[in-house]
Amino acid sequence: MENNRILDIENLVVRFETDDGIVRAVNGLSLQLEKGHSIGLVGETGAGKTTTALSILRLVPDPPGVVECEKLSLDGRDIISMPIKELEQIRGKDVSMIFQDPMTALNPVFTVGEQIAESIFLHEDVSRAEATRRAIDMLELVGIPGERANEYPHQFSGGMKQRVVIAIALACHPKLLIADEPTTALDVTIQAQMLDLIRSLREKYSTSLIMITHDLGIVAEICDEVAVMYAGSIIEKGTLEDVFNRTKHPYTEGLFNSIPNLNDRKAMLTPIQGFTPDPTDLPSGCAFWPRCPYACEVCKKEQKDIRISDTHYVRCSRYEEKDFRINRKEIS
Amino acid sequence: MARYIIRRLLLMIPVLICVSFVVFFLMDLAPGDIVSQMAPADATPEQIEMLREEMGLNGSVLQRYGRYLWNLLHGDMGTSLSLKRPVMEVFIERLPATLKLAFASIVIALLISIPLGIAAATHHRTWLDGSSVVLSMISVSMPAFWLGLLLIFAFSYKIKLFPSGGSGSFKYLILPALTLGTEQAGNLTRITRSSMLDVIRQDYLRTARAKGVSEKQVIRKHALKNALIPIITVLGSTLGNAFGGAVAIETVFAWPGIGRLTVAAINSRDMTLATGCIIMFTLMLNLTLLIVDIAYAYVDPRVKARYSK
Repeated sequence: MENNRILDIENLVVRFETDDGIVRAVNGLSLQLEKGHSIGLVGETGAGKTTTALSILRLVPDPPGVVECEKLSLDGRDIISMPIKELEQIRGKDVSMIFQDPMTALNPVFTVGEQIAESIFLHEDVSRAEATRRAIDMLELVGIPGERANEYPHQFSGGMKQRVVIAIALACHPKLLIADEPTTALDVTIQAQMLDLIRSLREKYSTSLIMITHDLGIVAEICDEVAVMYAGSIIEKGTLEDVFNRTKHPYTEGLFNSIPNLNDRKAMLTPIQGFTPDPTDLPSGCAFWPRCPYACEVCKKEQKDIRISDTHYVRCSRYEEKDFRINRKEIS
Repeated sequence: MARYIIRRLLLMIPVLICVSFVVFFLMDLAPGDIVSQMAPADATPEQIEMLREEMGLNGSVLQRYGRYLWNLLHGDMGTSLSLKRPVMEVFIERLPATLKLAFASIVIALLISIPLGIAAATHHRTWLDGSSVVLSMISVSMPAFWLGLLLIFAFSYKIKLFPSGGSGSFKYLILPALTLGTEQAGNLTRITRSSMLDVIRQDYLRTARAKGVSEKQVIRKHALKNALIPIITVLGSTLGNAFGGAVAIETVFAWPGIGRLTVAAINSRDMTLATGCIIMFTLMLNLTLLIVDIAYAYVDPRVKARYSK
């Protein structure tokens, strides 16, 4: 079982020690991902999704960031104690990342070909010419004509730039791909293309995937598993079926209720009341209790992980009560 | 690109005419004139008038400027009134010394400022960053002639290592170049640091790190090339200033360059030489700025795209 895990995170804590106080971005997050699987990391802005992803690559800016965890291993190798030289060999080779904003993710003074080839040249034992040739192949694979390799990022549209970013990330066929809101900055029409692209490339190279998004629709489309994040920890995790059809956590319920209903366009949205908590001053106990319609005294003091099934768990103390149910109906 | 360069070169003509006009009239407004300085003490007013006519200084200031401009447009900068030699010839004679000093000082300035600026930016808010800020402030605020005097005191008076002035072998170049270079390094360090700080926060450096590029390469390759634009801007004006503006340093070190020549020409009310020197200085400054703009295109493809439109 252990060897089959591409990623194993145990009790990850990330905080940013700033002049205005300590920002607690990730608080005791544990996450395991099997090889070849894909997981969606869902949550509102500021839930710590990107910080979690950056921790896996050890790219959290330090200072002010402080990363602590019991275990963070990638394909069986410990990331936290790894010397920086070894880490550089892993970045872009074993694990790579697609960033949220393609407009700023590419270096404006190098051609896109150079930027893709750099990754190949760094990680594989090839000549520069060979790296450039493979960069052109990569470009064509993501649907950009190879002769545009000599052009600069400013000559590409947003969607094209994101294709280039994807090409960079996949250039060395990583074992794990982290896609950090790869479609958020793009037009809706381009979103579907990007998702198709990521899905087909993932199938081609059997890459494991962490899809970070706040869009449950995207998760439903390309993930096997879902982890819902709130205030820096995972509050519900399970297979697509578990989380979508047998929703357990009140926050997950709130997320589903906030999705516009296309069949009834006049229906009012039911947003989650209140705001995400200030990460410099998190509530005690379960961080969601001030906004939770089911909160009771015990929630203010503690939160417990409750296992619902082999694949499904929820971090909500109220499930200790035998007959506790949320309003959302189970869909079978 | 070629069209852009030609347009810029043509635009220099009105600039040069304006500069010559301003300099010519300011010189005319200054009290004293070269004729009364050069005429013998017992010369009669008629003799002075004759001398004035001989030197081409008769007529109103507009008439004289008209004649000067006419000659200038024909490529003739006239004859120096005090040295009795063609202005161009005198200028060309002094040019190598100034160029030598300018380039030597820029090399020193770059060797200090680029590594220091980068180190300050990558060690933001540490003692290294703090001391680079203090050092560049000191170097910018310290009058160059004073630093020059200190260096002379230390290295040619106390320790007899370098000559205190004049020109000749490489040894003569060191103290003036060091003085000028230190002054320029202050500004360049500041701009390198702030420009790098700006670039270091950019997302594309994170992309580079995520690709597995080593930190050294991230800074030297990915960040520095992006940070170069403001650095080149300052470098251009610094170099331009060094061509004609190192007057104080040339004076302190008795360096036979254009700066000293110009000051001497102004002091002796040598209208043609002073105006000629300033026009040539303007031309050199403009050419430097043009080279800077061309250099942008090689550093930043976005600028290049603008030129080709």
